[in-house]
Amino acid sequence: MNVMETQDLGKRYRRDWVLRECNLQVPAGHLSALVGPNGAGKTTLMQLAVGLTLPTSGGVTVLGGQPAGSPAALNGIAFVAQDAPVYKNLSATDMIHLTRNLNRGFDHRYATSRLGELGIAPGKKSGKLSGGQRAQLALTLALARRPQLLILDEPLAMLDPLARQDFMATVMTAMADDGVSVLLSSHALAELERVADYLVLMSGGRLQVAGEVDDLLACHRVLTGPAAEADRFAGPLRIVQTRRAGAQAHLLVKMSGPDDPVPPGWEAHPVSLEELVLAYLRSPGTETPPGLSLARPPLTRPAEPSAVTR
Amino acid sequence: MTIDKGNSPAGGAVPGAGEAAPPAGTGSPIEFRLDPASGVPTYLQLVQQVEHALRLGYLKPGDQLPKVRDVVTSLTINPNTVLKAYRELEHKGLAGGRPGQGTFIEATLSQIALPELTTLRRTLLTWLASADAAGLDEDGIVALVTSALRDFFDRRDGSADRRGTDTEGVA
Repeated sequence: MNVMETQDLGKRYRRDWVLRECNLQVPAGHLSALVGPNGAGKTTLMQLAVGLTLPTSGGVTVLGGQPAGSPAALNGIAFVAQDAPVYKNLSATDMIHLTRNLNRGFDHRYATSRLGELGIAPGKKSGKLSGGQRAQLALTLALARRPQLLILDEPLAMLDPLARQDFMATVMTAMADDGVSVLLSSHALAELERVADYLVLMSGGRLQVAGEVDDLLACHRVLTGPAAEADRFAGPLRIVQTRRAGAQAHLLVKMSGPDDPVPPGWEAHPVSLEELVLAYLRSPGTETPPGLSLARPPLTRPAEPSAVTR
Repeated sequence: MTIDKGNSPAGGAVPGAGEAAPPAGTGSPIEFRLDPASGVPTYLQLVQQVEHALRLGYLKPGDQLPKVRDVVTSLTINPNTVLKAYRELEHKGLAGGRPGQGTFIEATLSQIALPELTTLRRTLLTWLASADAAGLDEDGIVALVTSALRDFFDRRDGSADRRGTDTEGVA
């Protein structure tokens, strides 16, 4: 099942397209990280999936084909907007009461026991809680609805390192206990490496790359070798980023598979998630057709270097 | 992909989300830790730590591996990563899942016999002497051995993959 699926999805505010030709399938059971610079269209994509805004073109379905914003979709999705919004004058108990009455399903026992574990005083006004506690309160309210899909918009941005870790621990535990799928947008690349197992990379309103993190890491390599030969690869291999000096060049390339032969005289190094993301966001010419994914037929192998036997 | 609920305690909310180590006798004999600087993928670090614990005798057949939920909570990592590590251990024949209970160690890692080790070491020393004589210093030797080692296993694993998966299940 796909927890989110878009077809030629686009959104325009007046003259500006903030999201264009987005074709994306996010499978269930993952923590998917939505990554991109400011203005990439992340928040717009999330709001479209939740049903808070309507598409200008194309369509989006969630939870295996439910139209975004339909009653079934609303029941199965929990969304925490940026900066963990809670009513500042209401206490945690009040927020639980409110959320319980505004939603069809609500696990009251989970909510109260979780707040107890977190040490959040039930009577204290939300505005008086620390940033980390406020974020945890919003997350607890969202999880108590027992969603199939949890959508978090920049949940870590305002939190200190300890609060970030506690917050993600709560999210990961919900994944392990209930099989919740998670879609999370973030700038904090380093923290995503351990938690995200699916990556959706956006920039300038367009989808750049989408795929399982392990697959993406397996098919990207940094090739280091003589600068003079660097241009030979331009055709057969997809070069994401080139860094070259007089003699030596580093190419971040997308290979057709993990077992692709390395050209003679070149050394291949694995890439980290952070390196991969930055390379895609930095290099200008990577406006790939929307929907680029690993399911595409592999690029033709380099003619000469494939003579390497293994 | 679904989460194997067999690895988590029944009934959602569990008090005391595993901050403290489980009391002796109930949990697993080992506790995972992660080295963020190692560059080794997280699931592989878990696999290697189990293998290491087996070699050193911290783990023996019948022992339970840490529950997925506990690993997830204490290390703040994705449950799929832990499941992938446990699947890899099952694939290697070192561990097996018991529905509703968790994952348990099923085998030991056999060590190579001592006399063979001595012979291998002698051959290696001879080779080291010739490398030294050729003018390689210690760092040069390490670099050469590392690169040869990687090539060798890449090639061996690569050709094994291509030959098919006939040997699967033998383990």
